[in-house]
Amino acid sequence: MMLVHLPVFLVTIPIVASLLILAAGWHDRRFCHPIALATVLFQFGAAVVLLFGVMRGGPIHYHVGGWAPPLGIELVIDSFNGFILIVILLLSAAAVVYAKRSVEKEIPADKTVSFYVLFQLLITGLVGMTITGDIFNLYVFLEISSISAYTLISAARRPHSYVASFNYLVLGSIAAGFILLGIGNLYVATGSLNMRELAVMLPASYELATVHSAFLFLMIGFSIKAAVFPLHLWLPDAYAESPSVVTVLISTVMAKVSVYALFRILFTVFTTAYILDSFPVTGIVLFIAAVAIIAGAVLAIGQDDLKRLLAYSSVSQIGYIMFALGVANQIALEGGLLHILGHAVMKGCLFMVAGLIIYRMGTSRLSELKGVAKTMPVSCAAFALAGASMIGIPPTIGFMSKYYLVLGAFEAGHYLYAAVLLVGSLLAAVYIWKFIEVAYFGHPHGEEHGHAAGGGRNDRGKREAPLSMLAPVVTLALLCLILGMGVEVLMENVIGPAVTLLLGGA
Amino acid sequence: MPVRENVVIRTVSRLAVPFIQVFALYVIVHGASGAGGGFQGGVVFAASFVLMVIAFGLGSVRKRIDNRGFMICSVLGIFAYAGIGFLCLLFAGNYLEYGAIEAALGIPHLHGLLIDVVEAGIGINVMAVMTSIIYDIAEQRGKSL
Amino acid sequence: MIEAFFELFLARYNYWMAIILMLIGLYALIAKHNLVKKIIGLNIFQTAIFLFYISFGDVEGGTAPIYLPEGIDALYVNPLPHVLILTAIVVGVSTTAVALALITRIYEEYGVIDEDELKELVRGRR
Repeated sequence: MMLVHLPVFLVTIPIVASLLILAAGWHDRRFCHPIALATVLFQFGAAVVLLFGVMRGGPIHYHVGGWAPPLGIELVIDSFNGFILIVILLLSAAAVVYAKRSVEKEIPADKTVSFYVLFQLLITGLVGMTITGDIFNLYVFLEISSISAYTLISAARRPHSYVASFNYLVLGSIAAGFILLGIGNLYVATGSLNMRELAVMLPASYELATVHSAFLFLMIGFSIKAAVFPLHLWLPDAYAESPSVVTVLISTVMAKVSVYALFRILFTVFTTAYILDSFPVTGIVLFIAAVAIIAGAVLAIGQDDLKRLLAYSSVSQIGYIMFALGVANQIALEGGLLHILGHAVMKGCLFMVAGLIIYRMGTSRLSELKGVAKTMPVSCAAFALAGASMIGIPPTIGFMSKYYLVLGAFEAGHYLYAAVLLVGSLLAAVYIWKFIEVAYFGHPHGEEHGHAAGGGRNDRGKREAPLSMLAPVVTLALLCLILGMGVEVLMENVIGPAVTLLLGGA
Repeated sequence: MPVRENVVIRTVSRLAVPFIQVFALYVIVHGASGAGGGFQGGVVFAASFVLMVIAFGLGSVRKRIDNRGFMICSVLGIFAYAGIGFLCLLFAGNYLEYGAIEAALGIPHLHGLLIDVVEAGIGINVMAVMTSIIYDIAEQRGKSL
Repeated sequence: MIEAFFELFLARYNYWMAIILMLIGLYALIAKHNLVKKIIGLNIFQTAIFLFYISFGDVEGGTAPIYLPEGIDALYVNPLPHVLILTAIVVGVSTTAVALALITRIYEEYGVIDEDELKELVRGRR
């Protein structure tokens, strides 16, 4: 009987739990992590149950307060956001497991409690953004997650992180303002805030300037949030300066949810008819995506700091997802959604490894990490595996998503753009290789962390990170491989229906 | 760090604070049936604390209620909100479907009362959070200047 | 000509006011070097959006949407934008609080709240 209420539990229980963390943590700091872990595992379980429910019985609608859509707020779970939900909660769960030791090291002890409270609220806000069916509610959850993120970025109390967080706050607030304006324009044009209703009512006013401006405001707002190329300026600092575990969360989960929101607005609220015929933006999006892929990768190559390198790589990879949006046919969108999953998994893994290296070595500068693979073999192996996926070496998930994207581009006749994808992959190989070269072939200089010795796992010179941090890293690295090999199952059962839904079928 | 010994400011705020707080309570309670509500009332209530901080200094206000008190307030506030929400589930309604409880217990106008509880929860929470923000910023100012 | 002018500007002056305020806010946000002034700009920008919402929810001659005893009829303004904006105001307050807290931290850390000087210092320390 309680199963019916699962959608609302996804949001309310974590909020209550975050308060519980506050209360229990005030009593004893050690309670924080178990509560956060239990909550996120509950959410993940609930998401799995819901996705299976959607696969069996179609979309699930939940009316908060018993008010039906035109009046009340509706939570909707369909095959598209069910899939996103699984992705973000999988990564969140991994991040919470990873958080325990990382927080102990990086966050001042008296801030641990507030850190976990905000962490929980960030995840909750993102989950709320994903499952809501009401466009204004989307804005509210967006702000919950954003404000938590601004604070979390500066949680490590590093001086630069305050500046990074402030810059993100300013840009993020402008983005949120644009989104709010867009929502207002949509409300003026239709008198509704429910996404399904909007989709039904909007076609009558597709030619109105109000709708066009609403579309542009929403598009630009979410593009800032998702850090689509020319609007990515907040991203490198925010990613590089925040504590490791926060970087993992915002680079994977938060970026993905912003992209999700963009897809949701473009395809569910405005439908393909609008973005292809009434207000053709796909060509521009495709061009911007192509520029993003190349520019992000080139900028990444120029970096000396591992986290900064990975941050620019995110700019490039977001370009791949936007590419799918620009091509907007079945195959490319399948590739795009697969890339949302794939990029979350592999970028999560890469940033986690960067965090491990900072944890052990105290730096993420490439020039100071020569020969780190001898000290931390497992982490570096995980990095190599996830990096291979980033480059797109078969049979990893990165290869599969790019393969679908290229197929989609071919089908739409964009041969030149397909070539851009391949160039992007080559450039990814360059920046991933930068770390691999330093880690495996560089010789540590001067004062030694661990002497060079091969072989056994328990070698004295090895100083692997603690198990609770290593486990999620290895899991995610293996997932890159497993998901790549099991891509058929994924396509048939989850992503295929999701794309059909996006393109307006069934 | 009291601003300065100023009899006028102190006396006026001493007089004004109770009225501000009563007005805040009025705004909170009025939320179910008219203009008003938890957030507005909570902010007005917090304003009374801000006035006290300005007039009497952070230290003397903090003696009355400190961050721990605000923490408890905010937790209780949210729990009141969420608790009513979950209570509705027990009466076979959706989350926050007050009508379900009203129908199950047969008490007319119960939903208005429940909304009041929710509004009060929000009000307490907003008051606590707003004031703790002021505490935090005022404290940093005191240290650095 | 004058009618067109009237139609475009005076009849919709509320939207123009919102737009002007919004641009003032954006200008302050971009052009001011003082971080606190930036936040003031942000607040003006947000207020402009609130004004936009409230003004499109208005009905000429409407009263506040308050529950009236039965039998009395009144023309209400649309209450929904008000409620939405209340939420947005809450968000704005929280954002401002976070921003001000960050500025105080930056000031403690670097001793400046000027963007250019801050940039220099950040570059110097990296």
